[in-house]
Amino acid sequence: MLVWILFLLCQVGAPALAQDLCQRDAPNGYKVRISLKTALGEDAYEWNQSEMFFFQATMAFAMRRHFQMETYNVDNIILCVQTSRVSFWFVVTSPDNTTMLIPKADVEKAVRMSRHRINNAFLLSDRTLEFLGIYPTLAAPVNPDTPPWLIVFGVVIGAVCVGIIALLISSLLQKRRKEKGMTEDGQDEEDMQVKGVENGINLDGTYNRGFTDDDRFTKL
Amino acid sequence: MRFPKLPNLGLGDRIPSHQELERMEKEEAGDRPKWDNKTQYMLTCVGFCVGLGNVWRFPYLCQSHGGGAFMIPFLILLVLEGIPLLHLEFAIGQRLRSGSVGVWTAINPYLTGVGIASLLVSFLVGMYYNTIIAWVMWYFFNSFQNPLPWSQCPVNANLTDLVSECTRSSPVDYFWYRDTLNTSTSIGDSGGLQWWMVLCLLCAWLLLYVCCLRGIATTGKAVYVTSTLPYVVLTIFLIRGLTLKGSLDGIKFLFTPDLNELMNPSTWLDAGAQVFYSFSLAFGGLISFSSYNSVHNNCEQDAVIISIINGFTSVYSATVIYSIIGFRATERFDDCLEGNILALLNAFNLAEGSIKEGNYAESLQNLNGTFPETIQSLDLKTCDLQTFLSQGVEGTGLAFIVFTEAITKMPVSPLWSILFFIMLFCLGLSTMFGSIEGTVVPLQDLNIFPKRWPKEAITGIVCLVSFVIALIFAQSSGNYWLALFDSFAGSIPLLVIAFCEMIAVVYIYGIDRFNKDIEFMIGHKPNLFWQVTWRFVSPLIVLVIFVFYFVTKVSSNVTYIAWNPSSEDFPTLEVLEYPAWIYVIIFILAGVPSLVVPGTAIFKLIRRCCSNKNVYGAEVDTVSAKVQIQSSKFKN
Repeated sequence: MLVWILFLLCQVGAPALAQDLCQRDAPNGYKVRISLKTALGEDAYEWNQSEMFFFQATMAFAMRRHFQMETYNVDNIILCVQTSRVSFWFVVTSPDNTTMLIPKADVEKAVRMSRHRINNAFLLSDRTLEFLGIYPTLAAPVNPDTPPWLIVFGVVIGAVCVGIIALLISSLLQKRRKEKGMTEDGQDEEDMQVKGVENGINLDGTYNRGFTDDDRFTKL
Repeated sequence: MRFPKLPNLGLGDRIPSHQELERMEKEEAGDRPKWDNKTQYMLTCVGFCVGLGNVWRFPYLCQSHGGGAFMIPFLILLVLEGIPLLHLEFAIGQRLRSGSVGVWTAINPYLTGVGIASLLVSFLVGMYYNTIIAWVMWYFFNSFQNPLPWSQCPVNANLTDLVSECTRSSPVDYFWYRDTLNTSTSIGDSGGLQWWMVLCLLCAWLLLYVCCLRGIATTGKAVYVTSTLPYVVLTIFLIRGLTLKGSLDGIKFLFTPDLNELMNPSTWLDAGAQVFYSFSLAFGGLISFSSYNSVHNNCEQDAVIISIINGFTSVYSATVIYSIIGFRATERFDDCLEGNILALLNAFNLAEGSIKEGNYAESLQNLNGTFPETIQSLDLKTCDLQTFLSQGVEGTGLAFIVFTEAITKMPVSPLWSILFFIMLFCLGLSTMFGSIEGTVVPLQDLNIFPKRWPKEAITGIVCLVSFVIALIFAQSSGNYWLALFDSFAGSIPLLVIAFCEMIAVVYIYGIDRFNKDIEFMIGHKPNLFWQVTWRFVSPLIVLVIFVFYFVTKVSSNVTYIAWNPSSEDFPTLEVLEYPAWIYVIIFILAGVPSLVVPGTAIFKLIRRCCSNKNVYGAEVDTVSAKVQIQSSKFKN
């Protein structure tokens, strides 16, 4: 009889005890905030008791994964203070002793470890499924070996240098061609001048080579 | 009745007469460069006039001086100041067939100073303008990645959080001030050269060199792209912009007229200054370009057409810019409101969607009535679309902060970023062509370099020296130096030179002679409009603008704004006073080019008095003129 009364008390008391464990601003609990409409817009599903159950199951999975203890169950995750925002508090009880809470730090480690899986279970992201107090780890920046801007810079400056060299070479060739053309003309002018000037006087005749002194030196 | 003019001996000996011009025209004499066709000339002039100022200075002025009402002073001053000055420069260049130093020396040897001042201003402005192009190239190189590097804050060293300087300001601010400039906190703190900036600067100067290598032979080809591409890109952006939410708000905001602004004298001053600087007058480049034309080219028609194109481009680009700014302001407003709504939902645990933009105001009022302390603690921001629209930014702030932020919010951002920076690059490069022309040709005319040196070498030396000096702008404090150059090198000296140009042509060369020249060149005498504007109206306007500018600059405390992460009002820029030694630099930038005008005259006077040499002789020292005389010697 006594056992039966005790059993009844436990049945009544357990939820009441659970309620004491889980409350707003519980020292070992976390507040969860879910923004379904922001994440999914038109495809947002309704948040109901089944979803809450799913959350409990997911959290139990996270605890199992972290502690590698197969004893965590849905009952170990206690939820309370549910609002229409959709936000609620939860605490995690130890599977061995339902009155003892798992410390906050351990819960955080478990959540961090399985965050990706928890997010995907609900089709949400770090921003739309918030565990207030657990900051998402930032993605490590992707550092390529060569910054992309250097590649474009290399291409541009290569093209420019090729252009400069091509233009300079073509200028040089043009100049050489012009000089060659001019020296040929210049030679004609020189000959004309030599033929026409003698003693500083401009003569109008053509120079008669017949009168040049080829044999200036007497032959032996 | 002849218009009064100052005595000017020996003018006829220094300039080619009309008969000589006709002969030169027929024989196509000399090594003087020529335009391949009229299109090249027009595109080069349009490119020189249309520059970054049309895109990032005019829209800001328009919006801050009463929107649509600003068009009135702008158009009036365009007609009274811009067109006459442009026609004057074109006509005098075409008539005297020489660069700026050659033209003013031919008019009167004591006026060589005007040409030298143009040379100095072209050189100084070219230096800092090309640095802006280097910045544009840096952003262009960085646009080839998705997501764009200025769309999100980087993570700090130990991967715990985003960099605090970035979270406190914004990703675009951070990318501009830290990743691009790595700016120091004051102009005195040089901070050393930033290697990536040096590379971009090198690239900019090399690209400029390849385009200006052979003078107008190469720039004439380059302008087919650099002068036309900006219009294509602007149109693409207009079409894209009009399909974005909020763009029409921006355009409406830009053009809503506020006629009261017309009573404000600073509106008229800013309009006058904008017209003046927008036309790239007094650099000497326009005189040079028009001197390569045939003698009978219709310079009057050219001046009117180019002025109309310049004015139209200003208005068109203002429309495009403000459609994008309207989009950005709407996005910001929506984000601000969403943030506030989220804060309210989270604080009061209300269901999502219970507060929307429509019922935000009344919901806030209800909640404030019942829970005032909670509302206080939330620290909600005030979201006002008009405030976001009137975050009127100009200059580098518009291009590198506001516009880049808008681009990150558009789908396929890298494409828009690439297009935008290509447009800015083309706008800047085509203006640089005129700058280089205004620097190289006077150097040739002054015989600074031996005559047998080819143009490639002289252009190369100018680019090299400019690059080395422009390394100032690649330091951490480079941004502050550039702002200094922009305020002083590119403002007061130009006004002085323009005023002297007009006085020289009207009163020293003689307006009657000038009228006859134009009649010879284009077939009819300039009509009453030109007479009135050249003689009185335009010089008066330039003088008024100069006096006001000078008085404002001298009387006000010269300050600059600096980016200082440890200042109290961060991210608002800190207002600092220049250190004392900056005044020396300011004097070099603004004073030296202006004082060179009387200085050269005095120098020549002293030289003449000392050596009793005949300054007014027939010796014309300019290369460009000498080439023609020599060629006429050979063709007996």
